[in-house]
Amino acid sequence: MRLSKDLGEISAAQYEARRKSQRANTWITVRRLMGYSSAYILMTAIALVFMIPLLWMFSTSLKTRADIFAWPPSWLPDVPMWENYVAAFTSYPLARFMLNSTILVVLNTIGELVSVPLIAYGFARLRFPFKKVLFLLMLSTMMIPGQIKLIPLYSMYSRLGLIDTYVPLFLPSFFGNPFFIFLMVQYIRTIPRDLDEAARIDGAGTWTILYRIILPLCKPALTVMIVFTFLWVWNDFLQPLIYLNDFNSYPISVGLAFFQGRYSVEWNMFMAATLVSILPVLVLYFFAQKHLIGGISALGLKG
Amino acid sequence: MLATWRNMNPLARREAAEGYISLLPWAIGFLVFTVMPVGASIVLGFTRWNIVEPPVWIGLDNYVRMFTADPMFWQALKVTGLFVLISLPLKLVLGLGLALLLNLKLPGMNFFRTVFYIPAVISGVAVSLMWMWLLQPDTGVVNTILYYMGIEGPGWFWDRNWALPSVALMSIWKVGGSAIIYLAGLQNIPAHLYEAAEIDGASRWRRFWRITLPLLTPTLFFQLVIELIDSFKIFTEAFVITQGGPLRSTYFYLLYFYETAFQNFNMGYASALAIVLMVIILSATVFVNYTSKRWVYYEAE
Repeated sequence: MRLSKDLGEISAAQYEARRKSQRANTWITVRRLMGYSSAYILMTAIALVFMIPLLWMFSTSLKTRADIFAWPPSWLPDVPMWENYVAAFTSYPLARFMLNSTILVVLNTIGELVSVPLIAYGFARLRFPFKKVLFLLMLSTMMIPGQIKLIPLYSMYSRLGLIDTYVPLFLPSFFGNPFFIFLMVQYIRTIPRDLDEAARIDGAGTWTILYRIILPLCKPALTVMIVFTFLWVWNDFLQPLIYLNDFNSYPISVGLAFFQGRYSVEWNMFMAATLVSILPVLVLYFFAQKHLIGGISALGLKG
Repeated sequence: MLATWRNMNPLARREAAEGYISLLPWAIGFLVFTVMPVGASIVLGFTRWNIVEPPVWIGLDNYVRMFTADPMFWQALKVTGLFVLISLPLKLVLGLGLALLLNLKLPGMNFFRTVFYIPAVISGVAVSLMWMWLLQPDTGVVNTILYYMGIEGPGWFWDRNWALPSVALMSIWKVGGSAIIYLAGLQNIPAHLYEAAEIDGASRWRRFWRITLPLLTPTLFFQLVIELIDSFKIFTEAFVITQGGPLRSTYFYLLYFYETAFQNFNMGYASALAIVLMVIILSATVFVNYTSKRWVYYEAE
């Protein structure tokens, strides 16, 4: 009897508590929703501020020459001048520069594909004396700033008569980039060794295992590698500036910088050319951003 | 090594041989593209050399001149240091703020992450040209917006007092690059710590100061040093926009190196400049590696 009364009392108290907590829950939900929407509003505002430069560049690229110097400036051109883009291609050798950059990207990618998987496979799978020491040595070379090597390499290439050729700009890729080797080694280590062993029992040699079994499984790591190679080669400025003198062989980065100052009054056409130059990077970025951001998190790299 | 080799069975020996073959490209590259140039730079730093005639050994003269009689060297260091002072605190606060926002597990955050990272993938040349146009003193969009707000905009890249802050502003636009790294750091903080703190009734603010920030210190510290190293590698912006001016107010270290080496062909002195750059960068890297061992938080596995 007493027990049941107690129970009754407890359930009444529980009921009261539950009602209170429900009210509190509604309040929390409201607050959370407000928090979320303010977060979205804040994010959208920041995103807009970050995108204004690019949007302004786009708007400028569609204006007439009179429009770009008008005061007060108009946010959008009355009639979009798509002709500016045609003009950009005819007044600057934009297509030529972009083709040159593409050639450099392709050569570097071939180099990385030849060297990186081979080296990484050796470090990740094969057993041989001094492997750990050599691996640490390779990792430690990542700390050396590239600029330190410029003068001796420049003198070496100039003695070999390779200045004004693309050789200095792609040759190193055939000897493996430590960042990519490291990335690949990490990736190959996640592939079960049973696969290697099974193939070996079936009579496959080391190189068959690498190229027939391991490499096809490395597609995600290879994608990261190719995306980064593209970005780095497309955006590289100092090296082509030093090694190339012939205007017609300039990649897009040096080519654009070359035109700055010469035609700086025609900002509408110039902004059109600049936008065209970053378009391949943007397209690649949108398609490969998952791989890219994965690579950044894995290596602590920036673009 | 020979002893190990003799003790191996034929199969292991074969595997080892294949291992060395696989490393061959790297080994050649290591010798030709790392050991040789770095060694040559160290030696050339003690010479006077104009690349046409053979180098002349002058001992420590380059370094003595650099530290005692070269105002340009000090100017380059000053510009780089000032740049770090202006941009680093802002980038740290903004990058962390952005990362915290992106870390709210809300739908659509991937979209914002994509947007904020765009500036980091665009080439330095394109970004430089774009900002040159945006920061035009009379017709630029930034000064127009400032004008509507009742502020008279400065001369930006064309004003000796504003040129360096303008380069800093450009680098802050790329803050999404650091935000992604902070985000990775935030996502490594184990969720159970927050859950425990929430049960104990810790406020959001308290959780940030007592859990997030302490556990993020290694990432923050790492990023600080990386940004420091990156400021010593600034070249494109200064070369394309200002050529180091006005009045050398944006004369970054690498620009000085480039002019010394590839415009004046003072290769010996430039090598010495490169060696100083390497010493600065390597000590920063070693410092970060050393301290990270004491700072990095490892969750028990």
